[in-house]
Amino acid sequence: MNTAIGRPVDRVDGHAKVTGGARYTAEISLPGLTYAAVVGARIPSGRVESVDASRALSAGGVLAVLTHENLPKIAGQPRLLPSLLGAAAPGQSFFPMQDAAVHYAGQPVALVVAESHEQAQYAASLVDVAYRREPSITAIDEGRDRVYEAQRLFGGLMPGRDERGDVGTALAEAPVRIEAGYRFAANHHNALEPPATTAVWEDGRLTLYDSTMGIRATQLTVAHLLGLPLSHVRVITHFVGGGFGSKAMTWPHVTLAAMAARHVGRPVRLALTRAQTYTSNGHREEQEQRISLGATRDGRLTAIRHHKLSITSHFDDWAEPATGVSSQLYDVEHYEGVHSLIHGNTMTPTFTRGPGETLGVFVLETAMDELAYELGVDPVELRLRNHARTDPRGNPWSSDGLAECLRLGAERFGWHGRDPRPRARRDGDWLIGTGMAAAAYPVAFFMPEQRARARVYEDGSAVVQTGTQEFGTGVLTVATQVAADALGLPLESVRFEAGDTDLPNTSAAVGSAGAGMVSAAVHAAATALRDRLVAMAVTDADSPLHGADPAAVEVADGRMRLRDRPETGETYADLMIRRRLADAEEVGSWTPPPLTTPHGLLTFGAQFAEVAVDPGLGLIRVRRMTGVFAPGRVLNPKLARSQLMGGMVWGLSQALLEGNEMDTRHGRWGASNLGEYLVPVNADIPEITVEFVEVEDDVVPLGIKGVGEIGQVGAAAAVANAVFHATGRRLRRLPLAAELVMDPPASS
Amino acid sequence: MGIDLTAEAARRRTPTVRGPSEQPVVLTVNGTHHAVALEPRVSLLDALRDRLGLTGSKKGCDQGTCGACTVWVDGRRVLACLTLAIACEGRQVTTIEGVATDGEPHPMQRAFIEHDAFQCGYCTPGQIMSAIALIEEGNAETDEDIAEFMSGNICRCAAYPGIRQAIKDVRDARERP
Ligand code: FES
Ligand code: FES
Repeated sequence: MNTAIGRPVDRVDGHAKVTGGARYTAEISLPGLTYAAVVGARIPSGRVESVDASRALSAGGVLAVLTHENLPKIAGQPRLLPSLLGAAAPGQSFFPMQDAAVHYAGQPVALVVAESHEQAQYAASLVDVAYRREPSITAIDEGRDRVYEAQRLFGGLMPGRDERGDVGTALAEAPVRIEAGYRFAANHHNALEPPATTAVWEDGRLTLYDSTMGIRATQLTVAHLLGLPLSHVRVITHFVGGGFGSKAMTWPHVTLAAMAARHVGRPVRLALTRAQTYTSNGHREEQEQRISLGATRDGRLTAIRHHKLSITSHFDDWAEPATGVSSQLYDVEHYEGVHSLIHGNTMTPTFTRGPGETLGVFVLETAMDELAYELGVDPVELRLRNHARTDPRGNPWSSDGLAECLRLGAERFGWHGRDPRPRARRDGDWLIGTGMAAAAYPVAFFMPEQRARARVYEDGSAVVQTGTQEFGTGVLTVATQVAADALGLPLESVRFEAGDTDLPNTSAAVGSAGAGMVSAAVHAAATALRDRLVAMAVTDADSPLHGADPAAVEVADGRMRLRDRPETGETYADLMIRRRLADAEEVGSWTPPPLTTPHGLLTFGAQFAEVAVDPGLGLIRVRRMTGVFAPGRVLNPKLARSQLMGGMVWGLSQALLEGNEMDTRHGRWGASNLGEYLVPVNADIPEITVEFVEVEDDVVPLGIKGVGEIGQVGAAAAVANAVFHATGRRLRRLPLAAELVMDPPASS
Repeated sequence: MGIDLTAEAARRRTPTVRGPSEQPVVLTVNGTHHAVALEPRVSLLDALRDRLGLTGSKKGCDQGTCGACTVWVDGRRVLACLTLAIACEGRQVTTIEGVATDGEPHPMQRAFIEHDAFQCGYCTPGQIMSAIALIEEGNAETDEDIAEFMSGNICRCAAYPGIRQAIKDVRDARERP
């Protein structure tokens, strides 16, 4: 049989990407194209008193300046819902330029359209906006007197509080307690391609080329905001230069591009600048977390209390949920998870790779490391001892693998025989430490039905289509593999097409759900088509397979044949030519199991890291990392490895590099470029080992749990625990400041 | 990195004031001459992408901080977003579209695919332009050199280990006779 699934094949879009042939959104050229530039508010709170666009309008090439005074009102109010749900997903319940109010710095207050990119950018600098500034709250420290407990998060999808047992009493009675508070700076996705949209109107119908993780979300959102029939909005995306959550929602600039194009009667390209991405596509919010662990002397957890405080916008109760893993990973009777919020003058924060749980797990796994020291138990052993066999409702995991990941990771990394004493190992000026953490990430399941179409031509070649999009996950490759496998065709005979809402519908590819749901839909379509052709053959008097039981027929290399008599059979091509079918086609669909499925749904893994710290200079270098993961079925180990490794690098970076501070005087981010907001470069990244633990899972689609986030979870904690081992200092603030590891210790 | 800005080079050029309106400019890109009208403020990157349709060079920041726009001018790597197109007259510009020979991908392009040295692909043309140049520059001798001299090219998808491996492969294949 064909076994395209599970093979480490090269990316099908590799050639396009290495030759520069892959087209990203801002590279679509259209006749009569014009260019838009956004003017963002310079204040975090207050009003636009006046806009003087006269200088901008008289600059060369300028076609229009849109402000709240002349931009038409939107037809439907935005409402915050995750795009995976398959409804309009505007990212925040606020649309700019509808009135004079300013809620956050960077909020669009004017839009310039001009004949060229340079003309638009220059004219944008000439738009003279006068503001009336009002007091603002842009950081947690400014809003401590206004904290409220969030009832529901995520547009009402999730409760803000999760409790069981009696955590207060259990903690009070626990023989061993660990308690600590943590502070985390805001993070920005910084996908390398800044979001861009090109809008074209034709006969009242809108085509959008959009840099998005969900073309369907763009279609639904823009249709909703502009009051258009869905059939009048088509969204196309060929390649997307990274997402990491920044393109999971349909942010205002997308609809603004459409409005601008309608206004000037020509196609408009709106590409955000790098600086604008810091205030245009959400961010991971500044936050604080507190955790308390209660345990017995023999190292059994009895209680966990896990609280998060973060800052959101004025219009949405957004918090990345941080307690989904801490409430489930370990077997604890008493649990309390609470999310508290402060309304502030930022835009609504959003999904950022490993949303919520990366920091939630950082807190949990740092505390577990402390507990291991407190008890004198090996950190790996402590996790093994406490890993829950079921979810808190008593449901078995759809698949597990945590213990295997921990054991394999310890072996590959060379964990055993480690001297746990801090500051015990040196290499010249460097203090050497090793650390580990468990990893888990919830499997998201709240998407609607997903569809795909498969077509085989009379020459035996096939096209499989679905409305997903490629932003680096390798979906084009794995979907080709799944289709080839199900159709029984060689990989080279199958072409997979995506990136167009005219194709069968799938949801935004977020929350690690993309590969699973797209593969399930593709598998359904391809299987339906194969079954149809097999059924045709067995009922065709002229077929060698006539009269055979369809269940006894398999397909390999495009030839249908009897499983136990492979010489009997015929190719798809033979059958179709004889039947005068130029092609045959089926649509297949996959619907996720109900949310009430009696299974625990987490993906598991284990992370190990070795660091070197120079306490004289405050330098921290990660020397090596090992990650072991049990993501269910791996469709393509080469690509999965890349994605998991990318996640581990994000974890390293979250620990050591990434963070943005608010300049609260101005209510603006301190950093808004890649020179000041640090992301890892080549020299920051060591060799990384990624291993898989195989687990069978028949609950999740095709057994795929996803690899988009789990690689990142636990990585920051492993690094921080290694820093503790090296230096004896706990990192309770991310990103780490050099002075925390310098000798003598900073008093904090 | 940068075009030749030495005093000698400056003297060779005639100091004429051109602009601010569109000027006729001849750009030589991948061996082909293109006559275009450009305002002097147009960057080489925007000229390539928006005027010549050569969109292989990417715009990640437009500020000289990411390396996605890396091209070669007279054989040296430069950031096209920080280079004015009009300053490239009379020079040879090479972009990712120009590194293949007779339609055959450059060995570095093949090595990037083999080692899965990218995910979204947006940094990739810039990485490859740097990677090829690194070997020419003699900056690919050691692993540390490769990591250091590739650090002007950010890959947010974090394909760094694969990028290093691809460069080592191509370097070693060249050294083998
Ligand atoms: S686009 Fe030129 S360095 Fe980023
Ligand atoms: S491949 Fe996405 S930024 Fe490098």
